[in-house]
Parts: sequence; structure tokens; C-alpha cells
Amino acid sequence: MSFINKPKVAHPSLPTNALGLTRRQYEGAMSTLCAGCGHDSITAAIIEACWGLDMRPEQLVKLSGIGCSSKTTAYFVSGAHGFNAVHGRMPSIASGANAANRELTYLGISGDGDSLSIGLGQLVHVIRRNVNMLYLIENNGVYGLTKGQFSASADIGTQAKKGDINLTPPIDPVLLALSLGATFVARGFSGDKAQLVPLIQAGLRHNGFALIDVLSPCVTFNDHEGSTKSYTFTREHYHAVIEADFVPPAEEIAVDYPAGESIPVQLHDGSRVVLRKLDAGYDPTDRSAAYAFIEGKLKQKEYVTGLIHINESSTTEFHTLNKSSAVPLNRIPYETLSPGSAELEKLMGRYR
Amino acid sequence: MPRLAAASNRVNDFVVKFANVNGTGSASANSLIMKTIFRMGVPVTGKNYFPSNIQGLPTWYEIRVTRQAYAARAGRVDIMVAMNAETYVKDVREVVSGGYLIYDATWPRSALLQRGDITVIGVPLAKMVNENFDGVRNRILLKNIAYAGLLAALLDLDLEIIDGLMRQNYGKKPKLLDANTKALRLGYNYAKEHLACPLPLRVEHMDKTRGHIMIDGNTAAALGCVYAGATVGAWYPITPSTSLMDAFKGFCERYRVDPGTGARNFAVIQAEDELAAIGVVLGAAWNGARAFTPTSGPGISLMNEFVGLAYYAEVPCVIFDVQRVGPSTGMPTRTQQSDIMLCAYASHGDTRHVLLFPANPEECFYMALQAFDLAERLQTPVFVLSDLDIGMNDWMCRDLKWDDAYRPDRGKMLSAQELAGLDKFYRYVDRDDDAIPYRTLPGVNPKGAYFTRGSGHNQYGGYTEDSTEYQVVLDRLKRKFVNAAKYVPKPELTGKGDNKIGIVSIGSCDGAVREAIDVLDRQKLHIDYLRVRAFPFGSDVERFLSSHSTIFVVEQNRDAQLRSLLTLETSVEKSKLKSILSYSGFPMSCEPIVDGIRAALTEEPRLSAVTTKRTR
Repeated sequence: MSFINKPKVAHPSLPTNALGLTRRQYEGAMSTLCAGCGHDSITAAIIEACWGLDMRPEQLVKLSGIGCSSKTTAYFVSGAHGFNAVHGRMPSIASGANAANRELTYLGISGDGDSLSIGLGQLVHVIRRNVNMLYLIENNGVYGLTKGQFSASADIGTQAKKGDINLTPPIDPVLLALSLGATFVARGFSGDKAQLVPLIQAGLRHNGFALIDVLSPCVTFNDHEGSTKSYTFTREHYHAVIEADFVPPAEEIAVDYPAGESIPVQLHDGSRVVLRKLDAGYDPTDRSAAYAFIEGKLKQKEYVTGLIHINESSTTEFHTLNKSSAVPLNRIPYETLSPGSAELEKLMGRYR
Repeated sequence: MPRLAAASNRVNDFVVKFANVNGTGSASANSLIMKTIFRMGVPVTGKNYFPSNIQGLPTWYEIRVTRQAYAARAGRVDIMVAMNAETYVKDVREVVSGGYLIYDATWPRSALLQRGDITVIGVPLAKMVNENFDGVRNRILLKNIAYAGLLAALLDLDLEIIDGLMRQNYGKKPKLLDANTKALRLGYNYAKEHLACPLPLRVEHMDKTRGHIMIDGNTAAALGCVYAGATVGAWYPITPSTSLMDAFKGFCERYRVDPGTGARNFAVIQAEDELAAIGVVLGAAWNGARAFTPTSGPGISLMNEFVGLAYYAEVPCVIFDVQRVGPSTGMPTRTQQSDIMLCAYASHGDTRHVLLFPANPEECFYMALQAFDLAERLQTPVFVLSDLDIGMNDWMCRDLKWDDAYRPDRGKMLSAQELAGLDKFYRYVDRDDDAIPYRTLPGVNPKGAYFTRGSGHNQYGGYTEDSTEYQVVLDRLKRKFVNAAKYVPKPELTGKGDNKIGIVSIGSCDGAVREAIDVLDRQKLHIDYLRVRAFPFGSDVERFLSSHSTIFVVEQNRDAQLRSLLTLETSVEKSKLKSILSYSGFPMSCEPIVDGIRAALTEEPRLSAVTTKRTR
């Protein structure tokens, strides 16, 4: 961790976005994580993504559970409200917050312990409920704050710092999300910001539940030889299958992609994500094929990264199913909500 | 207390109990009788004793006709309508001497039903119904209506009112109306031909139900949520709270759907468990919607962790605990008041919560509203502790009234303009010296942004592990709780307040306590009664406790939880408080109170607790 707070003055030459804000204005409190922690790189990617989206800081709602990853919501976009829930229960807070105000952008940050063990039930159900949010798992395979126990994402055969070998099979959040019908499933690596930023932007703009599993090595407890979640191992075994470029609504697709190798997908708000196929036979809109592909690669100890699956035609988003009013529930005037005295008097007849 | 013989002329003052098999449709016949009596202007109560089962187990329904409008269970049965062969033996035993037993004589049960001191009336109900109707299910359903007809004749019920109710129930289905009318006449005519009608126990028109309704507490509470402007409800199904959310949804579908667009001004989320249900409520309330969850004891146990977060991070939320019999799964379809301590101190660490104690459905309506106002005013969880008896039984209540001038008290919530005028916003600073800080909603103004956390925080909202900073916040929370006594509903005092003996009670004990006080009053024993309506208790409770030398604390649990809370949270001398406890799972009747007080006063001063183990 660093010990000196960066001054909050911005040099006039710093680039600004459409709102006239610099990247500095999307930063948060100083990180208290270990120096070199993968999570801090993800934080940087989130800052870059929000700045690039020209998002008003107060438009963002940051949610998290408990753990190293869940602390990071304090380290970006200080102009946004944050909610640090109890361990593993961020999805229910997100569901309620989203129910109350459908207009804001919800970003949940969780970890492999928070999401795949204590919070697995809530993760499964927030996917099923298809709450419009980006759910980002900072996945390092260990419990950091309690000093290095295996998490449920630890691979078979991976070795803990103290020497224990993990023998139980991992829960892979990407396969889990695919099997539950999530409409946006991606995997990234904290060491590849260029890949991660557009994924985050697309995930924030996706209408429905978006999951990004980000491999994020723990430099203190899981970065040694024998670990399958170390920087070295991840760099050697990650397999970018689909690169994503995020294109805001107003912009033309400027880059010239070779025909047949790119798939532009229109997002709900008019923006697009252009998927560049690095693996010619891969089709990210085919959920079953994606599942089989990822599963096969995992068996070969390869982490497939990129936007693994996207389905923009789904109509199961929470508010769509609920037929919620377009005006957020928390802004409907009381006069509209109350049936009034005459109606109550009329209703009394039912109970006589 | 001397038992009154049922045989004497007891117009508008008796109890009919129906023994049925659950899942056979008896509820509609039983409520038909109850509503008829109500519409005849005669006060009535209906208590449903049902099993935790879908079909096939014994179930009872008890109608008390009570010209004095007592709300409690009578604790006696004058007429037993024994329609369940499986429970005959038990049912026969329950009838008071001089009472009546009505049974289906299609299968004579002379050996089972022998009792010299009651009148046994055998009516071949199944035979009659089978001769007149086809279809197994149809016959089962209509047999219930046939016994309703039988009782109409025996109790001298107003046939026109019954017909009106049936038209109201089945008006849109003429075939059903015809069949029900026919079945009713079958029973009615049989009684008129073969039996001496009416019985000495009968119903006569009165005018004591005008301006009143028959409603259950869950429905009333749901209606309160609608009028409070609640827009998000989250829950996990659990008896006996389920009907609260069912009712809320029903009202919302009626009042909260835009007729033009079909857009819905509400969201009801059936969560995966109670842990998530309370999480959804916190998320929604934190984001500015009025949100609530209905549950029962097991749900509260699961919600504890989040309740602590809501307390510490100061997130308003409303929790309805429709209490049932514990511990553990307990008896899910029986009533108790055994979550008082659980809710008062829910969650680990130093926490205390605002509790409201409705005594009847009418109060469920008004307290639901108060709960939302208090939760937002105080920025804290508020529990409404109802119970199965209040929640699921139909009670006679005054009409619910509404003042259109009402506007929700959203508490100290800063608007965009107010935030723009601030130099800097700090979430947990006590600016007004009333221990209540200001809050902001997401999306309003970046100046209002803060980090909500259950970890140690200082008054500026920042993370802290500094003892002083931590204590500043924790001490303010304590002051806030103490101050809450000024906002919560005041206790209700009955009596002059200058008697030596007092009763303190809570919630659904109210009917039994009032009846007991009447009985004791006639025996020249005068007692003051204070019904606590909220926790923290406040000065009125303190005053009552200090100004009475002997105080009976009446409640429905084994461990005297209200008494415990009084001894912990007031300055009362412990030995002054004597417990009268009922925890059978059945709603309380006045007898254990009358008997308990008499016994205690005879043995005074040694006896400190009077426990009535069996109140059936």
C-alpha cells in the first residue's frame, strides 16, 4: 500500500471527458491494499471506464460485500454513493437499490470468497432475477484478510503459500453464470487493462445482469510457484478469445475490422460493443457453445478471457418483467401512491 | 370463576366451535355464519385453529358471539359442530355442561358421543347432501353449507342476510349460488322440521357493529403499507406472515397500476430466503423507497446480521414479525408473543431496536404507517410485532379512517438544493443535537456521496479503528434510541391510575386483559391496566410501574419476555412484577388472568409468577 495521499489538484493539461472531468475526478480514497495487488489495477480500469463513458459520478452506485475486493469500492468514484454490505449479501442490497431507482448505474464488486462461498446463493439469485447491474468478481483464489485460506475458486492441485494442496474442485463463476442464463458473461485479467476497460464499459451499459470474472492475483498469499492464480501462471495460461471494443452511442465505428472477424452488438442505450474474434470459430452469442468451449479450455488449465457470452435480446430484466413504471419508484409522488380516503371508505364495504 | 351453564338463556353470548378436516372447504361455511351474525349487528370474533398442513388434518374454527364485544377467545365451547370423526372424542369432552353437540348422524356414533350433561343432536348431513348433489368434491363442500343452514335455524340467524352474503360471494356464478342456496335450505329445513328451533343460545338483532368491519391484521397491515407509500416489499414465504404480502400485492394491483400503460408503481420481490429479503429492503430503503418485509420468528433469526448493519449504518427499514410458536420451527400455525427479546436486541454487538406492538388489526393499519415514519425519522429498523392471532384471524374493528392531509415523514433527507448549499456533507454528524444525522440519496448530487458501511466508522462516514471516533458514533446511537421514546406511540392506560394493583400487558393479550378486568371489577377488585404499545418504553411506562405496588405482567410466552424487558429497560423493582403467562399456542382467554391474579393475591407476597400451562 502507499502511504502518501495524492493531492487532489489536477494539472490543467490533464485530458477531460465530455463532462469536463479529468480522470482524477473519478478517483476515490487511497487504497489500503498490498502494493502490487491485482485489485488496484481493476480499480484503475474502473476509473478509466467511467471517465471514458462520461458518467456523472453521482449516477454510479457502488456496492460490495466483505473482503479485500469489497474494500475497493472506496477507492474509485468518490462522487458516487457506496454500500458495503455484510459478507456475501451484496446482491440483495443491489436488488433492492435497483428496484427503488432503475435510472442509476449499479456496479457490484465482490471477490471469490464473497461470491462463491458465503454469497453463492445470493449471486445465483441475482442472476436469476436479472438485475440490471455489472457484477465484478475480483478472483484470486484465496481469502486475503484471514491470511490465505483457499477459496471456492481455487483450482485442484493449486498450492497454498504454507504448502497445502487444494483437492476440491473449483466453482467457476463464468460457467456458473452461463448455466444460469446470464446475458453478459466475461472474464478478464487484472494485468490486462486494455482488455478490461471496454469490458467494464460494455458491462455497465448492458441492459440486465452482467458478470465479469477478473483474475486478480493476490501478491501476498497466492503469487508463489505452485499457485494457479499467480501473475506468472495467469500470464502463461490466459487465452484471449474475444476482444471487445466499446463504442459510445454517438460515435462511428472508426477502427476498420477485417470482415468476418468482428461482430458489432448494439447495446440497449444505443452504444455498441464490437467483438473482435481472436479465435475464428468462436461465437459469443451461442451460450451452449460458449459453455462447452470454456469448460474444455479449463480442463487444459487455460483461462479463456474476453466477452464470452452476450445476449442483448433478452426480455427478462427485472423491471421489464415487473412492468415497473418508467419513473423510478423512489421518485413517484406520494399523491400518486396513496389511494386516498374516499377509496378507503369504499374498501371498508368489503369487510362488512 | 364459576362456569355459567350453557342451558340458560344466553342470547348473543355463547361460543360455537366447528371441528372440521382441513382442505374440505369448511372455512367458507364458517365465515358465512360469522359474517351473518356480524351483519345482524352482534359483535363476534372468529378464531381459526388450523394445522400446518394442506389437506386431511383436524382444524377448528371458533365463533364467539359476544354482546359485550369482548375480543378474546372465550375459553369455553357451548355448541360443538363435530364434523371430524377423528376428533370426536376430544371435541365431545370440550363442550361445557349443558351445551350442545351437533354431529353427522349418517354414521351413528352413539358409543363415542355419550355424555349425560349435554344435548347431542344427530343430523344425517352427508346422507341429505348425497341424495341431492352429485360429485364427491361438490358433496364435501356443500355439506358445510348444509350445516350452516342447520345452525341458521338453531341460532335463529337472519336468512335474508345469509342470502345476501351468498349472493355477494357467488353472484357471478349462478350455478354455484343455486347449489349453495339449496344446500343451505336443506340444513335449515331439516332443523325446522325435526328440531326445537331456536336453541336457548341464539342470536338476536343488535346495533353494535355499525361503523365496524371484520378484518385480519395482515390485511390491515398491508393496507397500512399501501397508504404509507411503500413501493418495495421483499419477503420469503412463511406462516403466518404470508397473507400480509399477498394482501399488499392484491392492493397494489388494484391501486398502483396505471390504467393506461399498465406500469406498476410497486415491486414485490419474493427473495430466495429471509437473508436476502431484508437485504432487498435495506437496498431499497437506502435508495429512498419505502420498503418492508413481513416475516415470522425463523425469518427474524436469519435477518439478524443485516438488522445490525441497518442499525449501525442507520438505514431505515420496516419489519413485520407476525409471531408464531417457537423455538425453532415450533408450531407454525399457533400464536405466541415469544420474539420480544429477539427483536429488541436483534443482531450482535450493542444494538437496540424500536418495536411497535399492535393489539388488533386496526392498530396494525395505523402502526404500519407509524413504523415507516419512525424508521425514516430515526433512520433505523422498526419492528411491528403482531402475532398469528392478530394477523390471520378476523377481528371486529372500527372502520379504518384516512386523513388525506397525511404526508410521509421522510426524516432528515437532504435535497439536491440543500446539498448544493453545503460546503461539505458528513453522514453521521449530529448537527441538530438530537442524535439524528442527515442522509442523502444516491443520484442526487455528488456532494451527497458517502460510503455506507457496517465496519467501524467515524461521524464523517470514514472508516475508523480509533476508539474515540468509534465511540462518538456509538454513543450518539444510544442517545438516538433513548430519544426514540419521544416519537413512538404512547402506552394506553385504562382505569383511574390510582389503584394499587396494575396490569401491564402487550399486543393481542388486550382482549383477555379487558375481560379479566371486568370480571374482577364485578368481584370488587379494581385494577389499572397499561398496555405498552412500543419499545423504548418512555416515561408513561416508568410512572405506571412506580405508582403501583403490585403489577401483573400478562404475556404469551414461557419466559416472561416483556417482564424481562421491563426489568432491563426501566427502573422498576423486579419483585413488583408478577408474571401471568400463556404459551399454549392458542389465543389468550381471560381465565388465566382472573385465576392468576386471584391466586397470587391469596398467596401474596411469596408468589412471584403464576404460570398457566394449560389454557385450553
